[in-house]
Amino acid sequence: MLSRTAGSLYWIGRYVERAEFTARLIEATIRLDALSPRPAGQGAWDSALLVAAADYDFGLTNETRSPLNISRYLTLSASNPSSIRSCLDAARSNAKSVRTALSRDAWEAINRAWLNLRGRATTGGNQSTLSIVEAIRAETRGFEGALHRMLRNEAYAFIGLGAAIERADNTARLIDVKYHLLLPDGERVGGPIDRDQWTTILHAVSANTAYRWLYSEGLKPWLVAELLCLRKEMPRSLAASAEEVVMHLNAIGKRTGLQSEADRIARMRQSTIERTSIDTIFSQGLHEWLSATIADNGRIHQAIGAQFRFG
Amino acid sequence: MRILISHRTEYRFTEPQARVVQLLRMTPDSHLGQNIVDWRIEVDCDARLKSRRDGFGNIVSMLYLEGPIERIGLSVTGEVLTEDRAGVVNGAANLLPAGVFLRPTELTTANAAIATIGAPHGINGSDPLGCAHSLCDEIHERIACTADRSTDMRSAAEILEAGAGCSMDMAHVLIATARAAGFPARFVTGYLSDDDAAPQQRHAPHFWAELHIPDYGWIGFDPARECCPDEHYVRVAIGLDYRDAAPISGARIGGGHEVLRVGVEVSADADGQLQTQN
Amino acid sequence: MAIERAFDEIWGSSATREGRPEFAALADWISSTPPAELDRRQKAAEAAFRQLGITFAVYGEEESAERIIPFDIVPRIFTKSEWSNLSEGLVQRVEAINAFLADIYGARKILKDKIIPEELILGNPQFRPMLDGAKPPHGIFAHICGIDLVRTGPGEFWVLEDNARTPSGVSYMLENREAMLRLCPELFEMFPVQPIDSYPDSLLETLQSVAPRPAGKPVCVLLTPGHFNSAFYEHSFLADSMGIELVEAADLEVDDDMVWMRTIEGRVKVDVIYRRIDDDYIDPLVFKPDSLLGVPGLIAAYMAGNVALVNAPGTGIADDKAIYSYMPEIVKYYSGGEAKLPNVETYRCREAGALQYTLDNLDKLVVKLVDGSGGYGMLVGPTATKAQIEEFRAALIKEPQRYIAQPTLALSTVPTLTDSGVAPRHVDFRPFVLSGSKGVTITPGGLTRVALREGSLVVNSSQGGGTKDSLILAGDA
Repeated sequence: MLSRTAGSLYWIGRYVERAEFTARLIEATIRLDALSPRPAGQGAWDSALLVAAADYDFGLTNETRSPLNISRYLTLSASNPSSIRSCLDAARSNAKSVRTALSRDAWEAINRAWLNLRGRATTGGNQSTLSIVEAIRAETRGFEGALHRMLRNEAYAFIGLGAAIERADNTARLIDVKYHLLLPDGERVGGPIDRDQWTTILHAVSANTAYRWLYSEGLKPWLVAELLCLRKEMPRSLAASAEEVVMHLNAIGKRTGLQSEADRIARMRQSTIERTSIDTIFSQGLHEWLSATIADNGRIHQAIGAQFRFG
Repeated sequence: MRILISHRTEYRFTEPQARVVQLLRMTPDSHLGQNIVDWRIEVDCDARLKSRRDGFGNIVSMLYLEGPIERIGLSVTGEVLTEDRAGVVNGAANLLPAGVFLRPTELTTANAAIATIGAPHGINGSDPLGCAHSLCDEIHERIACTADRSTDMRSAAEILEAGAGCSMDMAHVLIATARAAGFPARFVTGYLSDDDAAPQQRHAPHFWAELHIPDYGWIGFDPARECCPDEHYVRVAIGLDYRDAAPISGARIGGGHEVLRVGVEVSADADGQLQTQN
Repeated sequence: MAIERAFDEIWGSSATREGRPEFAALADWISSTPPAELDRRQKAAEAAFRQLGITFAVYGEEESAERIIPFDIVPRIFTKSEWSNLSEGLVQRVEAINAFLADIYGARKILKDKIIPEELILGNPQFRPMLDGAKPPHGIFAHICGIDLVRTGPGEFWVLEDNARTPSGVSYMLENREAMLRLCPELFEMFPVQPIDSYPDSLLETLQSVAPRPAGKPVCVLLTPGHFNSAFYEHSFLADSMGIELVEAADLEVDDDMVWMRTIEGRVKVDVIYRRIDDDYIDPLVFKPDSLLGVPGLIAAYMAGNVALVNAPGTGIADDKAIYSYMPEIVKYYSGGEAKLPNVETYRCREAGALQYTLDNLDKLVVKLVDGSGGYGMLVGPTATKAQIEEFRAALIKEPQRYIAQPTLALSTVPTLTDSGVAPRHVDFRPFVLSGSKGVTITPGGLTRVALREGSLVVNSSQGGGTKDSLILAGDA
């Protein structure tokens, strides 16, 4: 397989995953906004910008930090390279240049999602934003489905690899937002707003039910953190993503007969996460641990690019 | 005359390059009046060098370097025996008919001013060789020769308008006007051994033109020095214009920043950078 | 108007609509199938094309203006003997083109023998002096030619243009047939039609046959400028049907005068490149220095004989419109016989007499830029406005050497579905001729382009032309 093809597939995986995550984030933020008493809702949107790593760039647009502006920035803005629109543009452009490596279903899912968003100029209010976001999530689910029906070849592995790397990054930043999301004055840790915030995080990764299945206790921050960091059963957890990266790299290595740096550091990360307990994480500091995880993930990303010569 | 040439070019990149591919036109060939005794291109890093002849008959070498590359040093050393043949080129490897060198290129397209200069020197007059000489003289008069190489590529029309240029620029103007006057004309890259020039000018690679004259064939004209090449000239490569005959055409793959090019000429002997001996 | 005199390939004459005896069954099919039904099938075909993404971009329009080329459901038919006559002429012509190119970049005997004026070649930008002396593997320059033909009567075919650079359109030939098989299967029961689906195999065989050295299995790739190119669909379609990699310039590198492609397992040596990038952009070291589409060093690898470029660089000199008028002489010079396929009479405006004739007859002639293509820079005298004619008159006087003129031919018509039922529309035809080391192969078919506007003679897709399937009968019934 051409290195460029591998690179395009990997980025399709990353961009579709990022588009979907941003859609979930917006949905969750609208929920949190609605739950929070005014003007606390503002905090919800600010934190969404932080999670999407778009806070600094949004500042450059000189727009007021209103929920409407922020949600438009995250959804449709062409000047935000990580907006849903930009992600789908990039995913489609990559998909177009490697059309023949994709199954027809997979191409059509990406093309449909792109067409869907193409004509939209504004998000309108929360209701219409929700409908856009819901449509995006449906299309990306369609893409995931198409992916599952694809041949289990290198193309599949590179898309999966991109998606797993992106997911680890997204999940880590989502949990980390609790570090940035300050409680309004007078609110206490464990109080209703704190609770809403943790629920929202679970909501963003569709983990409410999973949490209840796995933990009989009520909502406990450290358990939420454990679920999203360390539980392999939870598909969006860091542990599951780390495992998935190793699995895809193995599949590629099996076909090419070559293994290198990316394989080594991905395996190392996987075993480190396996050996870690939530107590260790909290004693080290959740934010510090997450920052290190994000940096590790970046290193694996670099190594993948170098190993397959598309970086 | 025996000319010893030692010419060093150094490239530095602000960022390491993944790959560099260069096409070098740095090897002269023997013909009447020019006998290459010895010639070497040396690269001071791991590289592959492959030589062949291009369509113009030039000896070209492809230089392939695998990164990371931060700098490349190229040195050319050689010994050439020359004699004065009043600019007449004979026995050079070029199979292309002269008619090819009538076509304009981007750098040598004629405009009204160029056509006007060419008109009185037309190839169809009674003394085409005389016309060629007077055309060369006229370009010499109209354009002030600057010692330093021009840093940007200008078209013949722009150079004429500006009224000043280096030897490459003057060659382009002569070529454009000569073609307008009906003479096939080609660009020449080479070396000039000039004892009288200031030290920095003495060693620079030099550029001139060759015009195809009825009954004579190709004859060199150097508008920068208002003369025909003699035993002080070493002829290396020809083309329709500088782009076909440039000593180096390069491409690099890697972090996109400026290429800093340092041309350094060093001597074979201690007392001069480009030395001649009788 | 030309249309009144036009020969209709199915109906014989567009006035009577009785049907040439050999195609009476098709004439019946046209008259017995309700236009609404034809329209339904045509729309179904176009919907399928859109879904497949068989689109092209029109220069000067946004990416959002990705369009499909209109497809016409009524096919065109050639009898077996019409086709075999055409084939013979095509083989002769393409062999002559290759001999001409080898001569022009080699001994130049044709110039020494004064068959063509020397300056027409030497001064032509399509003649690339830096490639002089090139000896492509197996001596073949133009491996893929798309020869544009027009017809004016039952046995009257004319060559309008030789496309010897990177002719496109073959994906339409194949996709149109797929659509017809699906939507009008009854036609294929009515007529035994020669299959065309072997084209990708023939193309791959041709590519493999010109590999520089007999390797076990030569590595062939298709080099595309990328997915923003208007013909990208065709590039990916062909690469896919041949099972070869579709590469961009950045996927290739030249080292040691050999070409390699970068893969996830390391680099792989490439033997044959079917390139769909123009000469000017193919190697920045030799041609346009600022080209990002090109592969630095590719020409060195080619000149060293280490890679086959399909088509070879510099073939543009063979299909140049200024050279075209000499094609009958060229064919005769290399084949020893008269050209089996005639040229359209051509006035070279660089010559004073021809220019005068052209200026005197602008309202009757077709005037073309010698370096134009795609129907741009073209005047069709009989249908042009006064202003257009005067515009061309001025341009001709200013730069006569840039133009040629030809009589306006009464191009044949083929019944075509229009808003007001099935009606005759003018067509041309582009068969694709493959030249490999084992000889010339022509897939029995081609691209029929149709001018959808009534009376129009311009079939180019950029000017509102459409396409049709072209059926070659297997036997003469």
